[in-house]
Amino acid sequence: MTGPAASEAPAGHGSGTTALRWLAPVLPLALFLALLTLLPAITGGQTVRVAWSWVPSLDVQLSFYVDGLSLLFALLITGIGTFIFLYAGTYLHGHPRLARFYLYLTLFMASMLGLVLADNLITLFVFWELTTVSSYLLIGFDCEKAEARRNALQALLVTGIGGLAMLAGFILLGTAAGSFELSEINADGAAIREHALYLPILALVLAGAFTKSAQFPFHFWLPNAMAAPTPVSAYLHSATMVKAGIYLMARVHPTLGGTDWWMWTLLLFGAVTAVWASLMAVRQTDLKLMLAHTTVMALGTLTMFLGAEVKIGIAAAVTFILVHSLYKASMFLVVGIIDHETGTREVDRLGGLRKAMPITFLAAAAAGFSMAGFPPFLGFIGKELKYEGALAITHAPVFMTAAALAANALMVAVAATVVFRPFLGQRTETPRAAHEAPWSMWIGPAVLATLGLVFGMAPGIVGVRLVEPTVEAILYRPEDVSLKLWHGINLPLMLSVLTVLLGLAAFRWRKPLAGGLNWLVRVLPTTGDRAYDATLAGMMAFATWQSGVLQNGRQRRYLLVVVATFVLAVGGTLVVFDGVAWPTNWSVPLYAWGVLALILAGTAGTILTRSRLGAVTALGAVGTGSAVLFLMYGAPDVAMTQLMVETLVVVIVALVLPHLPGLASRGHSGRFGRWRDCVVAIGAGTVVALLVLAVTTVPLDRDLTTFFEQASVPEAFGRNIVNVILVDFRAIDTFGEVAVVAIAGLASYALVKSARRRRGAK
Amino acid sequence: MDALLALTVGVLVSGAVYLMLSRHLVRFLFGLILLSNAANLVIFASGRTTLALPPLVPDGLEAPAVTVANALPQALILTAIVIGFGLLAFAMVLAYRAYQSLGTVDTDAMRVAEPDVNGAGEAAEEPAPARSEAA
Amino acid sequence: MDSLILRTATRLIVALMLIFSLFLLWRGHNLPGGGFIGSLVAATAFALYAMACGPAAVRAALRVDPRLIASVGLLIAMVAGVLAVFAGDPFLTGLWSKPEIGGAVLPLGTPLLFDIGVYLTVLGAVLSIMLALEERED
Repeated sequence: MTGPAASEAPAGHGSGTTALRWLAPVLPLALFLALLTLLPAITGGQTVRVAWSWVPSLDVQLSFYVDGLSLLFALLITGIGTFIFLYAGTYLHGHPRLARFYLYLTLFMASMLGLVLADNLITLFVFWELTTVSSYLLIGFDCEKAEARRNALQALLVTGIGGLAMLAGFILLGTAAGSFELSEINADGAAIREHALYLPILALVLAGAFTKSAQFPFHFWLPNAMAAPTPVSAYLHSATMVKAGIYLMARVHPTLGGTDWWMWTLLLFGAVTAVWASLMAVRQTDLKLMLAHTTVMALGTLTMFLGAEVKIGIAAAVTFILVHSLYKASMFLVVGIIDHETGTREVDRLGGLRKAMPITFLAAAAAGFSMAGFPPFLGFIGKELKYEGALAITHAPVFMTAAALAANALMVAVAATVVFRPFLGQRTETPRAAHEAPWSMWIGPAVLATLGLVFGMAPGIVGVRLVEPTVEAILYRPEDVSLKLWHGINLPLMLSVLTVLLGLAAFRWRKPLAGGLNWLVRVLPTTGDRAYDATLAGMMAFATWQSGVLQNGRQRRYLLVVVATFVLAVGGTLVVFDGVAWPTNWSVPLYAWGVLALILAGTAGTILTRSRLGAVTALGAVGTGSAVLFLMYGAPDVAMTQLMVETLVVVIVALVLPHLPGLASRGHSGRFGRWRDCVVAIGAGTVVALLVLAVTTVPLDRDLTTFFEQASVPEAFGRNIVNVILVDFRAIDTFGEVAVVAIAGLASYALVKSARRRRGAK
Repeated sequence: MDALLALTVGVLVSGAVYLMLSRHLVRFLFGLILLSNAANLVIFASGRTTLALPPLVPDGLEAPAVTVANALPQALILTAIVIGFGLLAFAMVLAYRAYQSLGTVDTDAMRVAEPDVNGAGEAAEEPAPARSEAA
Repeated sequence: MDSLILRTATRLIVALMLIFSLFLLWRGHNLPGGGFIGSLVAATAFALYAMACGPAAVRAALRVDPRLIASVGLLIAMVAGVLAVFAGDPFLTGLWSKPEIGGAVLPLGTPLLFDIGVYLTVLGAVLSIMLALEERED
């Protein structure tokens, strides 16, 4: 899909880009070699842990932990990463944004490494989300394509939401375990399994793993994510991104695994995902899409086997992780080469490429045999282990074996399609004349596919060194794991033979099978992708609707909503929590009632009058009434200020009002509107009055006031405490306030004068 | 004492909210004036009120000898009153200026920033305060 | 309101009010009063003057633009605060000196300077609004 982009770009982008192409792969290669030096120690049963304090107050450490499991993933990430970096330099040669691409890819690789090496749950989560963000940038790299943008966002939303659920699960887990370090949590897994919060923890953590690893019904984002440039897809699908969920399930296996809930959940989700995805793979005609669906199948299979508690099941999962990473990266890269060289990925338009691209063909064939599980490839060992494991599983072995058989048979069909159709048969016309790819592109698939063969013929290389420590890390107990190519004639071998026969049959009748599946997808009430679109559209519609209701630009509506919410929330709280305090002491001097009557009359007058002069008078009465109240209660400064301000308010209002429309209209919407506003207003008044009463029944902390009273004369040389507070103790507040007043004055001046200037200009 | 203040505040807030729910910008501003009065009284009440002496230190003493009124809320209210006045003056000028530019004081019709795309939601039964009344 | 008696009487009253406002400002540290109240009294005085004699007379009496008064006021308040910084104290800490003039102690401090700043700022701001509204040509 991105292949043609290379030709669109102006050729030759200076030596900087060229140097970048050859320098970039050095980084993952160096990391790979560095990690490889840890292998002997890990094989010997040791683990490595390093930690730095990060957010000590939240018990968050930047801690990393290397055991068999994390090393296996780290080696895959850097090892396959080396070939991806190399391949991308040629695949995207001359692309104007190549440097940015490497930036994203490096960020992604670093996040992935951090994820699999993290020991602290929060650290793991941070790296987890970093992979989400960086994969978003990679999937949407061809940002001028609407499809790429949409699919990138889809991946971000689906895995991001899962990640949030996972964070909640992590916090519960860390709280329940009393530690956020995985190495410590796993050391006492039984405590969590018996904890009251076990089920919520399990559900939330699995929500993160299932969305990331594209388990049914969240599987839809993964095939869409192949909108990314092919090297990215190869990386995302083989060793990184989607394996993060698998890694997580393996990582928490010692703590959360082994229960019935764990087993049934993983077995069922995994089996359904595997079978459904392999069916979906068969119906595709685009080679890349076909492979994308087989990735989902592989993830389902891995989930299924991680549900197991028996050694052989876990060994099957670990071996399959290795097998799948090797062949899937090769396959994607091969498809990328085909796309790059011929200009199409449509299976029906390709054929007979073996002469033009012999090395690519050999690499594809080797990868395909491993994928189909033919001896002597590592894929064969993986498949044998799967059958052995499925038969040994304590929960529903027959169902598991059947699911594995169906998925494996369809894998044979897909492998045959990807290898045979483009390379064998009659040479077809393609948009571009095919040539062998440059070495930097075929080296990756060739080496990875060859490794599949070498490891298959000499399984000891990886068996004891890598698979065994990984199995031990997942099961958290010492185990002996030895991989063997030949197990003698037994049930798994019979099943293997049956798999190949069924697979070839599916390949032979691929067209009718695909036709039937296409019909099935059409009549399905919904698919994950369609449900996603519907959910997104629904949220947009809801947002539009609620903006229309709440944010419609009518100032009255905003105010009504705010005040009504205040009345209900605060009033409700007062009533529910018994906060209503009725006043007991009504002994108020008679003249005080007179002041109240003045304020009441002023308020009523302001509301009722239709005369501007009347309104100004009524407002003046209210202000004067407040001033008298202040004077009564020992606040002469406030009273004087209030009186002076009241005078000035009258002056300002009297200056402005004659130039504004009269008060003939009250501005409420009809009888209903008037009553509604009335009810809300009285409600607000009542709630505020009750609040004042409730506040004044609580004993007052006079510490601050006492300090001001004591310090006023000795420290600030002032006998008017109010003024001392204003100009000394809290002078910075006052400074801010007079600044506001000054700005109000200047702004008002400018507003009025600008009106005059505009009129003058006309 | 507090009962009286609470009652006063309740009356003022009710009146203020009712006025502010009006479409008429001038009535809204009246509501704003009442609301700042109410807010000052709420701060005043929260400092507890008695018929006490003003917070002054008599000559010859280092601190007040008897209980005096709480000085802190008074200082807060004093600035609040002045700020409230600044706000009100600015709002008044703004209303005046808006009326000159838009020709209306009906807040529902002042939609330069948020044009009404869905049409009027609520039919106005009363005639909106319009330019014609200004004369 | 073109009345000779009003204009003459207003001049007297305004003068008295302005003196009273300065008195309030001065005594505010020890008795009810202060910059806020003083400035509002002064502003009211000028409002009265403007009603009797028109805004032009107020401008003539002020001699400077009210916006300048507000700005200078803000500047004085700030200087009162910054002085403390130069003395090595936090911004707006009160500094005092009590010179003896003829046997009487005259307490002078930055809080008084600050209050003068408040006085000028509020007065300038209020006058700006009022004069702008009064000077509309309609």
